[in-house]
Parts: sequence; structure tokens; C-alpha cells
Amino acid sequence: MNTSMNPSSRPQSTNHNPETCLSLQNVSISYGNGKNVAVNNVFMEIPKGKVTAFIGPSGCGKSTVLRALNRMNDLIEGCGLKGRVLFDGQDLYDKRVDPVEVRRRIGMVFQKPNPFPKSIYENIAFGARINGYQGDMDELVESSLRKAALWDEAKDKLKESGFSLSGGQQQRLCIARTIAVEPEVILMDEPCSALDPISTLKIEETMHELKKTFTIVIVTHNMQQATRVSDLTGFFNVTDLVDYEGKVGCLEEFGETERIFNSPAQQATQDYVSGRFG
Amino acid sequence: MNGYQRFFHGSTKVCIDVGALPMSLDTKADLFRLRLRPWTEKITDQSFRLLATVLASLVGLILAAILLTVLAGSRTAMATFGLGFLTTSNWNPVTNEYGAFTAIYGTLATSLLSLLIAVPLGVGTAIFLTENFIPSKARQIIGMMVELLAAIPSVVLGLWAIFVMEPFLRPLLNSLHATLGWLPFFSTEPEGPGIAPAILILVVMILPIITAIARDSLSQVPTELRQAAYGIGTSRWGAIFQVILPAAISGIAGGVMLSLGRAMGETMAVTMIIGNSNNFSLSLLAPGNTIASMLANQFGEADGSQVSSLMYAAFVLMLLTLVVNVLAQWVVRRLSLRYT
Repeated sequence: MNTSMNPSSRPQSTNHNPETCLSLQNVSISYGNGKNVAVNNVFMEIPKGKVTAFIGPSGCGKSTVLRALNRMNDLIEGCGLKGRVLFDGQDLYDKRVDPVEVRRRIGMVFQKPNPFPKSIYENIAFGARINGYQGDMDELVESSLRKAALWDEAKDKLKESGFSLSGGQQQRLCIARTIAVEPEVILMDEPCSALDPISTLKIEETMHELKKTFTIVIVTHNMQQATRVSDLTGFFNVTDLVDYEGKVGCLEEFGETERIFNSPAQQATQDYVSGRFG
Repeated sequence: MNGYQRFFHGSTKVCIDVGALPMSLDTKADLFRLRLRPWTEKITDQSFRLLATVLASLVGLILAAILLTVLAGSRTAMATFGLGFLTTSNWNPVTNEYGAFTAIYGTLATSLLSLLIAVPLGVGTAIFLTENFIPSKARQIIGMMVELLAAIPSVVLGLWAIFVMEPFLRPLLNSLHATLGWLPFFSTEPEGPGIAPAILILVVMILPIITAIARDSLSQVPTELRQAAYGIGTSRWGAIFQVILPAAISGIAGGVMLSLGRAMGETMAVTMIIGNSNNFSLSLLAPGNTIASMLANQFGEADGSQVSSLMYAAFVLMLLTLVVNVLAQWVVRRLSLRYT
């Protein structure tokens, strides 16, 4: 399975940044105990302190790859991973690695805003407390909300339920909650797909602030969003394998966002970013 | 405009006078009139509605009738013993002196203690069956077995309890008496049937109820909430106890209250194993009585004021379960307000 790839889809890493944060080395992910291959032979070097966007048509495995970066796929029964995912040189799938610690260092913001059914304050304090935060909780809540650009809107109702916020505010609350446990990387799985354009804009502004302190990886269906927020873009596509029935995702091309959108090396990338398919 | 015309069209604000249906179709209102249904269909609808109303109100009527007749039956005993009936434990058909304290104590002790054992077991099983600790195939099999446990007739459980479970547990109960005998609750020597075996058989009976309901409420906790918990580096313990359980707590509390009602009213298995003694003893190892088992045992040869006293006891049992139900709804509402 691993050796039967269409040669034209070999990923072309053009990233020469020495400061690699996450490194995917020949990663293949399958569901249903190996029956359904979701994504095949991904090589990728995600640099520190940058925003990396994953784009591609539905079913190309970009969310699957994203969730592999903090072992979220462990929660899905029958999901398996081959290859290596290195975080600062450490294999995340090593037997001695605690997935709970992986998720603390590599936080995640989900597609649908999912605050806890607790107060706004507790939503942020909860994760910090669970991870043994010793400092001033009020201060942490304020600074996290400020970083997520929600402080002004939420400061007067910290004791109210997280659900009393609007959808976009809830998503920023989820970002604040993720920041509060002080991860090194933030993964975002289509964070704006359930939001209106104004909320989307606010989240994107937040991301520009966040990338000063965090490495961000974002999956998006919105190509304008990828051009607006990301420094690098990986285009995922679906291909046929020689000895495998059905479509399989793969990394078609990966490089600086500007190059991917203006002068991509692959025809498929050109077709996708210009809106000819997908 | 007749009655069922108003019923069918009143809500849509299209009022139609059938008697004066115009021949010309020049307005929108006329167009709506074209689809008036034939009278047979309306009669069917109307009579079904009537039938459903009657049957539905019958439920309330039956409940009220049972309450009233039981209350009426217990009037003599209420007049004779008053509230003292609830606090005395003298039950003597020869001298016609009756007090239900033994049975009330037995009812409360068996139901509450069985709940105390069954809730952690049941909720624990439910957590085990919903959070993927083991492959889903194995979970399904265990889940099915839990449901089958609920299907065992209580008389079979009673039989099993008296011939298998109680002799098997006797050494354990003996050692309880030997080590904790200084406590009033273990102060008598176990001699076969008693409150403790009754509690254990009740645990077997209510465990599947608690497990099934808790499992349903836990599996209804949205996946997003689980992911949110794990996504910020919560351990499995943390996710279960601080996020998933609180989110499911209202459903679980409902199940617990339901099984408390079941435990209080359970008759057959308890009658077979509790010993049916009206001599009051605090000890759980001694034979005792519950209201339900006392009723089942004595209705056959009772007459006169004994029947009235049994009715009084039955009324107390109904009140107890009613209180439990009201309490349950209050608890569920309080908890669901906090977490949803």
C-alpha cells in the first residue's frame, strides 16, 4: 500500500525553514482497523511561529492529518497511523509518550464552537486548573480572553454560561480556553465554518496576534481565508491507488502560501485554487 | 360554523362557512375551500379525538380512584391509631393493635441501602460501557446482558436468593456480625432470611435500570464536549468526572429516582427473602419487613381492622413513592438547569 503511489502526487516540500515544529514523515492514516485508508504517505515540515493552512476538497484527509498532530485520532476506535510525527524531534506516537500531555502542548479548536456547560470564567479556568496551574486565576482568565479578543465583550459577564455568547464569541472563548493551558501549537479545524463573515474576520485578526506566540495549523475550506491568514499552505487532494479500491487522500503540494496560490507546481493545485474544481 | 369546522380551521385563521359555499372561485379564500374533506373523514377524526381524550383522562381517574378507595379503606385504622401508626412497631391481630414502624423502617432501609450499593455500581458500569475502554463488540455483549438481567422475573430472583445467594453470603454476614457486631446495625446473628439479603437482591433488580438509563444519558453527551475536554489535555479521569458525568447528571438522577421507586415497591423477591418479621430490630442481619412484603403476606387472612391497617400501610407506601417522584422531578430540574 505504501509503495504503490501515483508518482505525480509525490509531495514537494519547498519549505527550507530550519526551525521545524512538527514534522510528518511518511504518515499514512487509516480507519476501521486498516480497512479504509484516509490519507497516504504524507511528508511535511511545519515551521515554528508560522500559520500553516491545509486546503483541499472534502474527503482528502486534511482534518485527519490535523487530528493526528495531537493524537486526537486516538479517541476514534480502529484508527491507525503509520510513519512518524515528530514534534521538536520527539516522536509523538512513541510508546512512552502520554497522549494527554501531547494534547496539552498541542491544543485544538474545533469546527463547531464547543464551550463547556459552565460559566465563561470556568471554561477557561477548568483546563488551567486540570493542568496544575498555580498562579493567579483571575489574571490568567483576563489575559487569555484578551489574547482571544473577547475580553471587552465578556468582562462584565464572566459568571454567565458560556452558551450565553454568540457563535463567534463562543469560538473565541474556545480559543481562549485553548490558550489558557499554554500550549506551543494550536490546531484549528475549520474554526470559522459555522460563523458569519464578521465573526470570521475577528477570529482571523485574533490569529494574526496569536502567531506571535504560537505555531498555528489551520484546516480551511475557504481559500481566501488561507491566503489571508497563512504563511504556508498544504494542498491535499484525493487520488486513486494502484492496488486499492476507492479514493485516498494525499498531500499534493506544500509551500509558501503565495507560491501555492500564484504559481503552483502541480496542475491539480492550479485547478483547485483557481476554483476549477472542489 | 359548526364545532369541528372551527376545530380544523380555527388555528389557520381560515374560517369557512360550509352552508354558504359560493359557486364562483374568484378569491384566494375560495381556492382554499376546494379541499374541504368529506364528512366521513371528519367524523372519524372527531371520534378518534374523543376516544383518545376519554382514554387519557381515564388514567388520571383510575389513579384518583385507587388513592381514594385506599384512603377510605384505611379510615378506621387512621381514626384508631392516628399518626402513632407510623411510629409504633406493635403488630398484633389478636389484640387488634397495629403499628407499621417495622415495615416503614424495612422499606426505607432496604430501598435506600440498595440504592447506595447499586448507584456506584450501575453508573460505573455505564461509564465503562460508553467510554471506549474495551472494543465495541464486547461493550454490546455486556450491555445486552445488563438488559437481560432486568428481564428475570422477580419470583425467580427470590427463589435464587433464598436457596443460593443467602447460603453463599452467610459466612460474609457472619464475619460482619463478628467484627462490627458492636454497631446496632449488625448486632444480631444472621440466621437466614433478613434485611441484608433483601437489600442485595434489590441491588440485583435495580442495577440494570440504573445502568441502562445512565448509559443512555452518557451516550447522549455530545461528542464535541468530549473532544473539548480531551483537546485541552484533560486526562480520562478528568474528562469523565468533570465534564461527561456532570453533563449527563440529570438523566442519571432520573434513573436513580426511578429505581428508588422500584425498590420501595418491590414485593415478591423481598417477601421471599426478608423473613417477614414484625418484631422491630435495627439490625440489618435480622429478619424484617417492608410495607410491600407485609401486604403480600397478610391480605389473605386479614379482616376488620387488620384490613384497614393494611390499607393505611398501603397509603403510606403510596405517599412515600409519590414524595420520591416529586423529589426526583425537582432534583432533575435543578441539575439540568445547572448543566445545560
